[in-house]
Parts: sequence; structure tokens; C-alpha cells
Amino acid sequence: MTKVGSVESASPSPESLGTTPAPKRRTRTKALLVALAAPLLLASCKVPSFGAYGGASKAGEDTYKLWQGFSIGALIIGAFTLGLIVWAVIRYRKRNDEIPKQTQYNIPLELIYTIVPIVIVIGLFAATVVVENKVVANPTPQATVNVTAFQWGWKFTYPGHKAYVVGQTTQTPELVMPANEDVRFNLVSSDVVHGFYVPEFNFSRYAQPGMTNVFTFNITKPGLYKGQCAQLCGLYHSLMYFNVRVLSQADYAAWLAKKDASTSNAAAAANDSATDNQNDPHTPTKPAYTDFGVN
Amino acid sequence: MTDLIERPTTTDAPAHTGDDHGHDAAHHDHHGPSGLLKWLTSTDHKVIGMNYLVTSVVMLVVGGAFAEIIRAQLVSPTSTLVSLSQYNQLFTMHGSVMIYLFAGPFAFASLANYFVPLQIGAPDMAFPRLNALSYWLYLSGSITMLMGFLVTGGAANFGWVGYAPLSSATYAPGSGADLWIGALMLTGFSAIFSGVNIVATIFYLRAPGMTLFRMPIFTWNLLVVGILILLAFPVLTAGLVMLYCDRHFGTHIFTVQGGGVPLLWQHIFWFWGHPEVYILALPFFGIVSEIIPAMSKKPVFGYKGMVFATLTIAALSMGVWAHHMFTTGAVLLPFFSIMSLLIAVPTGIKIFNWIGSMWGGSLHFSTAMLFAIGFVVTFLVGGLTGIYLASPPLDFFTHDTYFVVAHFHSVVMALVIGGLAGIYYWAPKMTGYMLNEAWGKASFWFIFIGTQVFTFPMYLVGLHGMPRRMGVYPNNPSWQTLNQWESVGALLIGLGTLCFVVSILVAFKQRIPAGNNPWDAGTLEWFTTSPPPHHNFTSLPPIRSERPTWDYNHPDNPALGHGSHAAEASSEKAPA
Repeated sequence: MTKVGSVESASPSPESLGTTPAPKRRTRTKALLVALAAPLLLASCKVPSFGAYGGASKAGEDTYKLWQGFSIGALIIGAFTLGLIVWAVIRYRKRNDEIPKQTQYNIPLELIYTIVPIVIVIGLFAATVVVENKVVANPTPQATVNVTAFQWGWKFTYPGHKAYVVGQTTQTPELVMPANEDVRFNLVSSDVVHGFYVPEFNFSRYAQPGMTNVFTFNITKPGLYKGQCAQLCGLYHSLMYFNVRVLSQADYAAWLAKKDASTSNAAAAANDSATDNQNDPHTPTKPAYTDFGVN
Repeated sequence: MTDLIERPTTTDAPAHTGDDHGHDAAHHDHHGPSGLLKWLTSTDHKVIGMNYLVTSVVMLVVGGAFAEIIRAQLVSPTSTLVSLSQYNQLFTMHGSVMIYLFAGPFAFASLANYFVPLQIGAPDMAFPRLNALSYWLYLSGSITMLMGFLVTGGAANFGWVGYAPLSSATYAPGSGADLWIGALMLTGFSAIFSGVNIVATIFYLRAPGMTLFRMPIFTWNLLVVGILILLAFPVLTAGLVMLYCDRHFGTHIFTVQGGGVPLLWQHIFWFWGHPEVYILALPFFGIVSEIIPAMSKKPVFGYKGMVFATLTIAALSMGVWAHHMFTTGAVLLPFFSIMSLLIAVPTGIKIFNWIGSMWGGSLHFSTAMLFAIGFVVTFLVGGLTGIYLASPPLDFFTHDTYFVVAHFHSVVMALVIGGLAGIYYWAPKMTGYMLNEAWGKASFWFIFIGTQVFTFPMYLVGLHGMPRRMGVYPNNPSWQTLNQWESVGALLIGLGTLCFVVSILVAFKQRIPAGNNPWDAGTLEWFTTSPPPHHNFTSLPPIRSERPTWDYNHPDNPALGHGSHAAEASSEKAPA
């Protein structure tokens, strides 16, 4: 026996790490084809949500599809790997005191499970970049809302209008915005880091002091959505809610006009210049929800 | 070929030992004081390792107790078990105790301290006194942090990440925050000294024949961890100095008012924080890489690939910190996304190598093996959900929700499970007695099942939009059922921890002798007595592979593989 031959005989076949009878190999190929086709088959029927929201915005829907794709991949890889573990645990449990074959290397197999994951990762990255570019895009807006987060509430102002909404803990503020339009948000914090998070939009962004974050929503489904602060911001972080009311364009215009009319010029002037809420009269002076205790 | 190399007696002062204990040859048989004084004054790496082990497991129990209170609070949306202020302190201290006081020291200073010198045939760590200093810094840091509960205003309450400006003097005026900063500096220096010690020991104190590529995977991983510590920890410690200056000396490094940049804290913190994830994880990868082959009666599969994977993880881990900051809107998304995704590749290699080590073996399901397999399964879940978080669009809506909490609890619970595997595997070597297997297996099933019951509802409630660090959720009563399941899981983990303690107490009573090598394992620590003598070895086997003890005990069954090993093996077995 040559040296090379003996090396090969010491290494099991790349497919199975064990001996594979020839007839079995054909069924295995078939199984592999089914496994590869499974995502396509799944795509043709209804793909489950895997627990996530469908996304109320255009970009949110894209994010949702990316989520589904990742989930299908994760499930297949996870099930395959878990299957290997379970199989090894059952098949190779100790039956006698014989010392098993001391296999240590199988270069072709090791190359396969290095290269295949790299290919998968490149695929995931490509999909990520495509969706990411849609999510972070900021086209010319049809409406703009300035959002200021503070301990522990939100202020929404509408540039060019007197209208504004502010509220904290006990009076949940309501952000009103139009549907089917690109609405730009300028997000900032007046004190610590907060998180602007609307679960059903499949999006969140930090509100940070001294730094304005800009992003765009195009909400396709009018309705009322819950939002809240996602980043720990102190004592009442748990209670820093807001709502988002998405109206049709006509209803939004009507709401804005009515709000403008009911807002005094002095209040509007105060809000117009103020991104700094330190001296804002709406900053809570006494703790709300005292029933949860302070100390 | 299989003759033992007699270690020179201490009168000959072996050239490669770095010990400076001050024990002279006349005191060869009496190594300093015994009893409590021995534990307080020793510079023996085994004693220090045990000190670390006991202290860090106590910290695990303390952090676990905080977690149980947190889970009790969250069974109801409007619970008043603890106030919101107390709740903020509890989760801050839960995270801080678990990361800074349990996971890190347990990973790179307890079992590592004990077994790295043994695995490379060294008599001690390179700098025994520095090693003792590391431990005392760590212990004083731990006490400092927990003292926070005793001061006015309570312990630190801004989360274990301490984001500026919430951690500034304006928003966190209490001295609990200062104690937290001080504790992190102390444990930070402790870690840096441990890192220096580990790297120096591995580079300078290996026994003759122990080349780098014959080191066990556990030691390899600790070498890489030592290097990562030296790269990452000084950054955190420097950041903490800046934070302290902001709080007390009027600097404005992290405050907008004086022209500072709050975001800088996040960069500094995560530049330490992400390598830290692998500083925590790699030692546990190493533990499992020892146990699975030993319990399968096989060499570790793909040894060189395993080393390559460890080095790749370490290299990539230095360039992924900003994936914790995708939602800041201030980092280059595609770069940090691809770097983070790529870490899945070497991690996957490791998982397949562990499976390969079992494949074709003869698996002995000791408690250690059960925990090791439990580690692989739990880590698989945490790894797969981590891939989502490397994709910015998916991170945007899961960041700061319970999905992230679930992801890293899958990972860190895997580490706890891996740590318990290490304890059950190595306790016989450390004490000379076997731990109780029946209670150990009960502990495994409670903790393993509890972990899944605890994390899976977390993933779901996170996707439903529940942010982390909420003491109450009156606006969303629909989250209650999932939260209650999480609490059930936490309770199971607590019961498993009790079983673990019982298995130790029972072992104390039973005193079943372990012998030198109860698992028929292959690495060098199993060649010496249990527990090892003062300077570890009285003799060493020839070191011709990464399993010298196996080669000595099973001369007819060397590892088969590519290259010279296989050639040697085949020429012995089947002469042409």
C-alpha cells in the first residue's frame, strides 16, 4: 500500500464520515434536492411570519421579507445541524470498551463546511444591502416631523406649522402623520439617549443629544400604532410611550389646519426654536405613576 | 519511546520555570502555610485558580438571585414587588455581576489558571505573584461593586453598558455609580494582569516537546483570549477614567454641553465590549473542545482547523463593535454587517468540528458530556439568532428588544452550561474525588430545559415589541403570558443550580476517589496525580502530539489524519 493510499483509507468518505452504501446515495441526492427546493416551495405558498410584524411601511415590508428569508435559512441550517448532533448522540453512544477509529482530519469535508458557509454569508449580505438601502433611503419628503425625546416623553413639531404635540408618561402623546407619503423625521434628544421605536413599522432609531437622526417612513396602512422608548433612559423608561396615528392625506391636512388654528403664536414660537427641552414647560416637574414607587 | 522524562528536582532549579515563590529546596515537602492562610497567601496557580473558581461561582449565584427577582417582578404587567428605581438597579447589577464578576473571571482566570500550566507541563504561571494580585484586585472589585446597594441612592442604575450621558453626574448623581466605575477599573486591571500572565506562561513555560501545534485547544483558546484581553481591556479602563473625570473633575468628554460627544462612550465601550464577547466565549469553546473528544474516546476533529477558527474569530472580533450601534445612525452599516456575518463561518467550523469529534466515537454520557452537548445545542440557537442581528435592517426592529436579550441569553446560558461541563470534567482532577453524577444529571436537565423555556418566549415577546429593561408594562398586558413562561424557565434554572450545589455536597460526603485519569482523556493534566503535587509534575510522558497522555496509555491507537501523523501511524500499523 502506498503512503497516499493509506492516508485516504484512514479518512472516511467526504459525504458521511462513514461508509456509504451506493444505493443509499441516490436517495440522499433526492433528499438534498428536496431540501434545496424547500425554500422555493415555501415561497410559492404562504410563508409564515416567524413571529414578526408584516411592516406597516414600504420599507417595513421589505424588512419583513428579509426576516422571512433569514428565518428559513436559519431553520434549515439549525435543523440540519441539530439533526447531526442528535444522530451522533444516538448512533455513537458507547456500546462496548473497544477504542474507536482515531480519525482526526478530513480535509475535503472541512473545506466544504468552510466554503459553503462563506457562500451563504455572502448571499445573506447581498440581501441585507439591498433591503438596507431601501430602509435608510431619504427621498425628498412630502411632509416633515421633528421629534424631540426627553425624560420621559416626546414632543412632535411640524416645521412650517404652529401645530405641535407633547406628552409624557400619564398623557401618552400622539404623533399624527399622513399615509402613502414620504414623511421625513428629524429625531433628537434633549437629555439622555432614547430609542424611537414603533414595532409595527419594523424600525427603531436612537434619539441622541447633540445629534439629529434623519429617516423616512412611507406608511401604507392608516391606523393607530403603539410606540415607545426602547433605550434605557432612567427611572420612568418603562412608561415612555407614544402613539402614532396615520391618517389619509386629506384627514391629515384637516387635522394640521385645526391644530394650527388652536395653537397660540406664543406656544408655537417657543416650540419652533426649541429642540432643547431643558426649560420646556412640558417637561414633567413631578414624577408620574407614583404608585410604582421612586425609591 | 514511552519512557518517562524525569522532571529535575527543585534543587536543580529547572531552567524554564518562572516561579519565584521563595520556597527553597529544603522546604520541598512543606509548601508554606496550610488551612485558611494557604488560601489567602498562596501564589500557587492551582490555589489561585480555586479561589477564582469559588468566588466566580458565588458571583454566578448572586447574579442569578438578581435575575430571579427580575423574573418575579415581570410575571405581572403592573407588579410592585420592587420599585422602578430598585428594578433599574437590579438589572444593572445582574448584568454587571454576570459579565464583569462571573463570566470573565470564570472564563479566563479560574479553570484557565488551574489548567493552562498543567496542560503545557509547566510548574506554575509565569508570574505567580502578579497572579495573586490579579485575584485580589478581582475580589476587591467584586466587593466594591456590590457595596453599591449600601450607599444612598442605591447601586448603579444605568444598565451594565453605562451609556453616557445617563451615567453622567447630572443623571446618575449617586455614589453607587462611582463604586461601579471603581469596581470596573479594579476588575479591568485584574483582567489585564491575567492576560499578561496567560500569554507569558504559554509562550515561555511549555515543557520540552510541547510545540504550539501540540497544545490542547483549551490552551490555544486561552492564548488567543490573553491577546484579546491585552487589546481590549485597556480601552475600557481608559474610557472609565474619562467617565470618572466627566463626573468629578469637570471635563466634558461625553457631555454635549461642553462640546463633548456622548456617542464616543458607545464606541469605546463596544470596542472593548465585542472582543469581550469572545474573551468570554473562547475559553468555554476550549472547555467543550476538551470534553467532547475525551468522552468520545477520539482526538478533537480538525485540530488545525479549530485553531484557525479561533484565530479568525479573534481577528474578526476586533472589527465588529459597531454592530451594537446600528440604530445610532452614525456607523458604516455594510462594513460592520459583513464583518459580523463572517464570524458565523469560523463559529460554524467549530460546531461541525465538535460534531466530527463525536462522529464514529464511543460516547460516554457523563454529566460533563451532557453539559458539553447542551452547550453546543444552546450555542447553536444563540449563534443562529445572532446572524439576524448582524443584518442592519433586521437589527433596527429587534435592537433593544427582548429578541436581543434572548439572543445573548442563549449565548451566555450556553457559556454557563459549558462552565458547568468544565467543573464536572475537571473537579476530579482538582479535588481527587468524583462529583455526584445523579445530582449532576438532574442539574443538567433542569438547567438545559430551563434555558430553552426561558429564552424562546423572550424571542417572541421581543418580536411583539417588548423593549428590554422595563420594570412594568401596563400598556401591553398581552405580553404577560410569555413573560410568565420566561419566569418558569428561570425557576427551572434556579432549581438546576440547587441540584449542582447538592451534587458538590454529596460528593464531599461520598468521597469517591477519582484516580489520575477517570475519563481516559489525552491531555497532559491527566498524567499527574489528582490533585496535582505542588509543582504539578514529578514526571512527564514524551510529548509527540496534542494528546501525550493518550499516546502513553494507548500506544497502539494514535490519531489518524493527514500529514506525518497518518504516515507514522500507517507505517506502524500496516508495514508495506
